[in-house]
Amino acid sequence: MSTAATAALTGGFANPPVDAAHAFRATMDVMARPGEIRQLTQARPPAPLSVAAGTLILTLCDPETGLHLAGAHDTKDVRDWVAFHTGAPIVPAEAATFALGTWKALSPISRFPVGTAEYPDRSATLIVERAELGAAGATLQGPGIRETATLDLPEVAAFAANHRLYPLGLDFFFTAGSRVAALPRSTAVMEG
Amino acid sequence: MSVMDEYNFAYIDEQTKRMIRRAILKGLAVPGYQVPFASREMPMPYGWGTGGVQVSAAALTPDDRLKVIDQGADDTTNAVSIRKFFERTAGVATTEETSEATIIQTRHRIPEVELTEDQILVYQVPIPEPLRFLEPRETETRKMHSLEEYGLMHVKLYEDISRHGNIATAFAYPVMVNDRYVMDPSPIPKFDNPKMEMAAVQLFGAGREQRIYAVPPWTKVVSLDFEDYPFDPSKADHPCDLCGAEDSYLDEVILDDAGNRMFVCSDTDYCRSRREAGHEGRLAAETMA
Repeated sequence: MSTAATAALTGGFANPPVDAAHAFRATMDVMARPGEIRQLTQARPPAPLSVAAGTLILTLCDPETGLHLAGAHDTKDVRDWVAFHTGAPIVPAEAATFALGTWKALSPISRFPVGTAEYPDRSATLIVERAELGAAGATLQGPGIRETATLDLPEVAAFAANHRLYPLGLDFFFTAGSRVAALPRSTAVMEG
Repeated sequence: MSVMDEYNFAYIDEQTKRMIRRAILKGLAVPGYQVPFASREMPMPYGWGTGGVQVSAAALTPDDRLKVIDQGADDTTNAVSIRKFFERTAGVATTEETSEATIIQTRHRIPEVELTEDQILVYQVPIPEPLRFLEPRETETRKMHSLEEYGLMHVKLYEDISRHGNIATAFAYPVMVNDRYVMDPSPIPKFDNPKMEMAAVQLFGAGREQRIYAVPPWTKVVSLDFEDYPFDPSKADHPCDLCGAEDSYLDEVILDDAGNRMFVCSDTDYCRSRREAGHEGRLAAETMA
């Protein structure tokens, strides 16, 4: 087998139950505390995926979850890696449980399912790849935040509009390198 | 004896854990909303905390220190067997000290000691739907949640007042979470309701009913009431007879058939640590003898 063919077979969790457990705790921490930044270091995904985004996919995706790859993230290498390690079907935006890409490639986010009034959980979770992820930026308020928090977001208007759909809406992870933060739909977003 | 190698970490298979983890994340994103999940059969009967066990299994890491309480006590059958289950299948450390635990699985109590942001509280939930005894049909209660139609719950509380003179609901007292969903806090005494606005993450698992829900730290949790009948987190009007605590939730214990009784902390760890610190209640001397 050539190196290209075997590359997809590497970069998974070294010890799946334990790596996934640690990764999920960091994932849960950021979703429970919008604005907090944690490390996700367990995966070695192919470019252009960040380590954190790759770890999120290994932790959360499987054959039951449709994954949408947006823009430059939709490559053969990424598809092969996702297929081998998770078995998640690659789906269009309208059918996505998870979606992965840069903010520009994922926009307009109105394409993604926001859940239904009776089942608001049937909504997409977007993994937004960033060049950098910092704590300075938009002001956040809501569940998981004692007073206010701040987080560097790609823009404010789209996230404020998403919050207005509450309890419907999309939930977001932001990833850069091995750093991850989250923004659930319950968070009110204001210009910093 | 190390038997952990004979099980996947924390007993449940990885695909099931992913499904539970996804439900937990959606639950955190919509606080108080009951997320359906494909609850598995666990090696214990429904009603023994299968929901809490599945949530704990999905949240545990090998570095955790687990505490399990049943009605506040670490030494009752349910708590002991769940603690042993995770010692055996996850190889995690366990403790009875609230402040030392990183994950606390609970049946029907919130510990007296204030929880920190480094802790997770996992509730075992028998019936997650607060409207179930008012409306038995799931299709209808789901519609009522989607329409934020909670008038029936207020009628129930009002009928309490007209019949008993006060809101007679003493446990599983309904709360409004983040100004949107009415939630059953599981059958904790209403004394514990005000503690729910806490630093720790709160996760709720109902195994038989196949629901997971969550309350992130510092989420607004308001016990339902009326302006002229405000919520009252009452408890037995006594100090603990063993440790003298006046701020803890008490169990009433009948001592004989002559009407003698004692009141003791339901939180055994809280009571023990107070007694070790030298606090004494009315009957402390007798129990030492």
